[in-house]
Amino acid sequence: MSTVPVRLNVNGVKHTLEVEPRLLLVHALRDKLALTGTHVGCDTSNCGACTVHLNGEAVKSCTMLAVQADGEEVTTIEGLGTEDDLHPVQEAFWNNHGLQCGYCTPGMIMAGAALLAENPDPSETEVRHALEGNLCRCTGYHNIVKSILDAAGRSSSEVSA
Amino acid sequence: MSVAEQPSGNVGKVMRRKEDPPLITGKGRYVDDITLPGMLWASFVRSPEAHATITSIDTSAAAAREGITAVFTGADMTDVPAPLPMAWAPPGVQVNNPEHWALAKDAVKHVGDPVAVVIGEDRYAVQDAVEDVFVDYEPLPVVVDPEQAIAGEPFVHDSLGTNRVHEWSLAGGDVEAGFAEADVVVERRVVNHRIAGAPIECRGVIAEYRPGQLTLYSATQVPHFVRLFMALLLGIGEDRVRVIAPDVGGGFGQKLQVYGEELVACWASRRLGVPVKWTETRSENMSVAHQGRDQISRVRMGAKRDGTITAFHVKILADFGAYNMILTPLIPSLGAFVMGGCYKIPNVQTDIVGVFTNKCPTDAIRGAGRPEATQMIEVTLDQVAHELDMDPVEIRRRNFIPAEDFPAATATGVVYDSGNYDGTLDKLLEHVDVPAFRAEQEKLRSEGVYRGLGFCTWTEICGLAPSRVTGPAGVGVQAGLWESAMIRVHNTGAVTVYTGTSPHGQGLDTAFAQIVADKLGVDPAVVEVVHGDTAIGPEGRNTYGSRSLATGGEAVCKATDKVVEKVKQIVAAELEAAPEDIEVAGGKFSVKGSPDKGMALADVAGVAYIGAVPEGMEPGLEETNFYDPENFVFPFGAHACIVDVDAETGKVKVLRYVAVDDCGNPVNPLLIDGQIHGGVVHGIGQALYERVHYDADGQLVTGTFVDYALATAAELPNFETDRTITPSPVNSMGVKGVGEAGTIAASAAVTNAVIDALRPLGVDYINMPLTPMRVWEAINEGSAAS
Amino acid sequence: MIPAEFHYTAPESLEDAIQALVDGGEDAKLLAGGHSLIPLMKLRLAAPSLLVDLRKVPGLHGIERQDGAFRVGALTPHRKLEFSPELGIVAKVAAVIADPQVRHRGTIGGSLAHGDSASDLPAAMLITEAEVTLQGPDGQRSVTAADLFLDYMTTAVGEQEVLTEIRLPALDGWGSSYHKFNRRSEDWAMVAACAVVKANGSTCEDVRIGLTNMAAVPLRATAAEDALRGQELSPENIAKAAELAAEGTDPPSDLNASTEYKKHLARVMARRAIADSLAA
Repeated sequence: MSTVPVRLNVNGVKHTLEVEPRLLLVHALRDKLALTGTHVGCDTSNCGACTVHLNGEAVKSCTMLAVQADGEEVTTIEGLGTEDDLHPVQEAFWNNHGLQCGYCTPGMIMAGAALLAENPDPSETEVRHALEGNLCRCTGYHNIVKSILDAAGRSSSEVSA
Repeated sequence: MSVAEQPSGNVGKVMRRKEDPPLITGKGRYVDDITLPGMLWASFVRSPEAHATITSIDTSAAAAREGITAVFTGADMTDVPAPLPMAWAPPGVQVNNPEHWALAKDAVKHVGDPVAVVIGEDRYAVQDAVEDVFVDYEPLPVVVDPEQAIAGEPFVHDSLGTNRVHEWSLAGGDVEAGFAEADVVVERRVVNHRIAGAPIECRGVIAEYRPGQLTLYSATQVPHFVRLFMALLLGIGEDRVRVIAPDVGGGFGQKLQVYGEELVACWASRRLGVPVKWTETRSENMSVAHQGRDQISRVRMGAKRDGTITAFHVKILADFGAYNMILTPLIPSLGAFVMGGCYKIPNVQTDIVGVFTNKCPTDAIRGAGRPEATQMIEVTLDQVAHELDMDPVEIRRRNFIPAEDFPAATATGVVYDSGNYDGTLDKLLEHVDVPAFRAEQEKLRSEGVYRGLGFCTWTEICGLAPSRVTGPAGVGVQAGLWESAMIRVHNTGAVTVYTGTSPHGQGLDTAFAQIVADKLGVDPAVVEVVHGDTAIGPEGRNTYGSRSLATGGEAVCKATDKVVEKVKQIVAAELEAAPEDIEVAGGKFSVKGSPDKGMALADVAGVAYIGAVPEGMEPGLEETNFYDPENFVFPFGAHACIVDVDAETGKVKVLRYVAVDDCGNPVNPLLIDGQIHGGVVHGIGQALYERVHYDADGQLVTGTFVDYALATAAELPNFETDRTITPSPVNSMGVKGVGEAGTIAASAAVTNAVIDALRPLGVDYINMPLTPMRVWEAINEGSAAS
Repeated sequence: MIPAEFHYTAPESLEDAIQALVDGGEDAKLLAGGHSLIPLMKLRLAAPSLLVDLRKVPGLHGIERQDGAFRVGALTPHRKLEFSPELGIVAKVAAVIADPQVRHRGTIGGSLAHGDSASDLPAAMLITEAEVTLQGPDGQRSVTAADLFLDYMTTAVGEQEVLTEIRLPALDGWGSSYHKFNRRSEDWAMVAACAVVKANGSTCEDVRIGLTNMAAVPLRATAAEDALRGQELSPENIAKAAELAAEGTDPPSDLNASTEYKKHLARVMARRAIADSLAA
């Protein structure tokens, strides 16, 4: 099957790839660009572990063809912040134990960061609904919600510990 | 957390995790993130039939595809001498154990059973080629319902002439005598439905065989067990097999297993001479990674008019699916060990019958036997209270094993290490104002709002060890369940902890660093914890059964204590003092009373590695410990759940969930609360959302995350957590496990809350999952009856 | 899980897109946001030989009011609808489609052309009495929502046609509400009811009720509408009308909901949707 060229601007770096049209964006990121922070957790667009930003909006990179991102800007977890310069949502996840096994975490952080970019002062309910496309099996979401509210400069109601 | 006292050391303090920086920046390393030079990909051909004879397999079209290196079937794996392992052999009990091969040999026994493996150049090519492997199946009769399966034919394994796996009982006292004394006897048929582990990372492996040496990366909780069985099944010296569990994206028991895919990848890598990688899809994970629960139980509880429980008898029919996995038939027995719960019940009996069906095998999933036991105890107890017109809180208090009884032997001979059940309940009631709730509940009912409050007071058995109890002569696990640790102080005073546990999200890197830092007078930041690599550190027994802190943490303590002993001798020699006068304080080892004169760990390490140690002492600063505890540990707690039930639609909403837990002395409260939150949601998930369902033909109906409903943040409330501290006498830290606690408690608390809400509508029992339709039907039936 | 192989083209004009469909034959499929099609392709429940990606075709985006109606470009994502309150019921429906990520990519045109009666927008199209514009090799035509949905995942959109635009009559002065019943907020509807109500004082001047996932196609609950139209909008009358919401339906049962339960839910959701329309 023939390949097609795809130009991607990923985390500020321009790439031109020759790919099969069926290549999913998540596999372009992981297998072609070695950006393995974006994960795959399901086959059906439910889990959100593959969430990246496409032109600043949260999308599921497992449900997009790489060719659909041709000419667009993609931000992955690796481009959000670094160890020495963490994004506030990353920092808040660390401070609030917002992760355990870490597998859903990049998707959660990207979803949280996209929410705050759009709505810098969300309520707890808004945070919970913003995460309805992201599954976590470890945390029960409590500390994830707390982390995102913390990144927004708010404390979660009724949060203990 | 309301525990006000801040400890002086690191242990007991809230500390953010050492594990997190790579994980929050996308620099974690899970199996699928790893690429080896020359690596090929594997994808499995799986049975679409629930039960069939394989009449032919044609691999030629797949093998001829571009980019495909090989296609193998079970017939190619003749050099593997034995089937996949099952490691439970209870003395005096016959366990039927059919052969279970990594690739099916002649027949398939459940949907997803692997039939062939395709190996090729990339992720996509092998998935395409799988569709070009043509298998002819001769369908056989299917049995899905365990009650039908136990009654007779059709058999899942004809050679056995039965679907029965085993029978196993644990009894104390005389239940029939107990029922004779009872004023009220409640009987229930409790269905604890099948659920999935559903870690967000599916399984995955990379096997790399080079002459004489096998390395396997696997998303596993148990690298040491996997190493042992890969060595045995492939005929390679165990010393030549290295298993690495890199970052692992959750396990929940599903990754406590020795899987056929691990074996196939290793075998194929040896056969082909290149690394072979397999990444499981979610659809595969839902159909072939082992599942949990699936019990139908006949439950009887008897009590006197004053609420005193006189007898509890449980007959469990446990559906094990198509094969025994590593510990499948043991799992219900783990519930039997705590079938009396936190109550003083003189007569308790659990009778277990295991049965094969044409479904995915079951094995340990978070809680493993204890959530089922807790559900049976707590839901039945509420009904006893109702029939005696007693308050559910009151009946619990009436029956608690009193705090002064500990260590407390139960009717079945299991000895609970420590407990103060009134303490956790008292604290729970500080958070939940029951009289105010009842008044509100009454008022809301008059407005058509059905709100319910459910309790669960529970204990469980964890910290899986000790070998003398769990091992071959005891419960029958064919392994010792001790744990190990090795502590290495480096030249610079940096410390590496090698643990035999294999954490995958629990935060043990941080917890163990806190423990070691206090003992060695260093900052936890300079203590590195290494795990999940069988080539590094001592032999280990890994992570499951809420064991890692109580066994592995204690091994870390004991190994560190050995280091401290040596340090004290070195310091004593350097400072011309007696070793027993040396103490660690302010980051130094110094003579008691002279804190300014002392040596930091780095200075001591310098002496140790230069070799300037006292005469007769070995140089270096490194110690190992293998720890086998004297008993299990028994965490406990009191949970309450408040729900609203939309009586028109049957939909349940959890409004509040309050968890008061006691897992002994806390090492890092942040981690404890995190474990409780996640565990509780696993239990709420089973109660309200999650269900693995097969249709009558053995087809999996819930094969993706569309149909297998994990709760999202939008369905759940914040959780309220608190704790009491009742140290365990079993280990020096006084700690217990906490990984499964929330799951063990929550499904019963939710169920009791829903029933409490709906009693005015004539509902006194509903089996999980409490889906809207099922609740709606129960309301209709209740209303019709009353 | 990954899609089977296919050919791909991203034409830069509508004419070229239509030509690509013509050339591609019956196994050619249009790709909009891909959030209905790509999941099916990944599970290999769909395997088109050619994907014609509309992303470079100009003029298919945006919302514009014109002559008492909104013209909505087919590639307008759900997220844009969600934040366009002037669209009334359509904005409310769009806000509860799946999850934010899906709403960023999924499009109104893609959803309607896919024609899944469990998805949220089709029933809303029925009650707004929307029309879609279809452009094909033989020119342009309009199809009303009532004529668009033919069967399970089958619509009036021809194999060589592109759904380019949706015309939504502006229901000025109508109240609206959507009640979606599902187990989790990211799920498809088990059953849902959308309602628009035009009140004249306390009298129901007009009402339209749409049902999701009650049949192979979205439905209007006409018996309930007829029962309420012209009546006093009292709770009793609303309840009485809603009791007729499932009349004539026979939804297939599934793991989570029996036929009887779905019909019950339709009545409850319809009543709640009508009642809440009055407040909004």
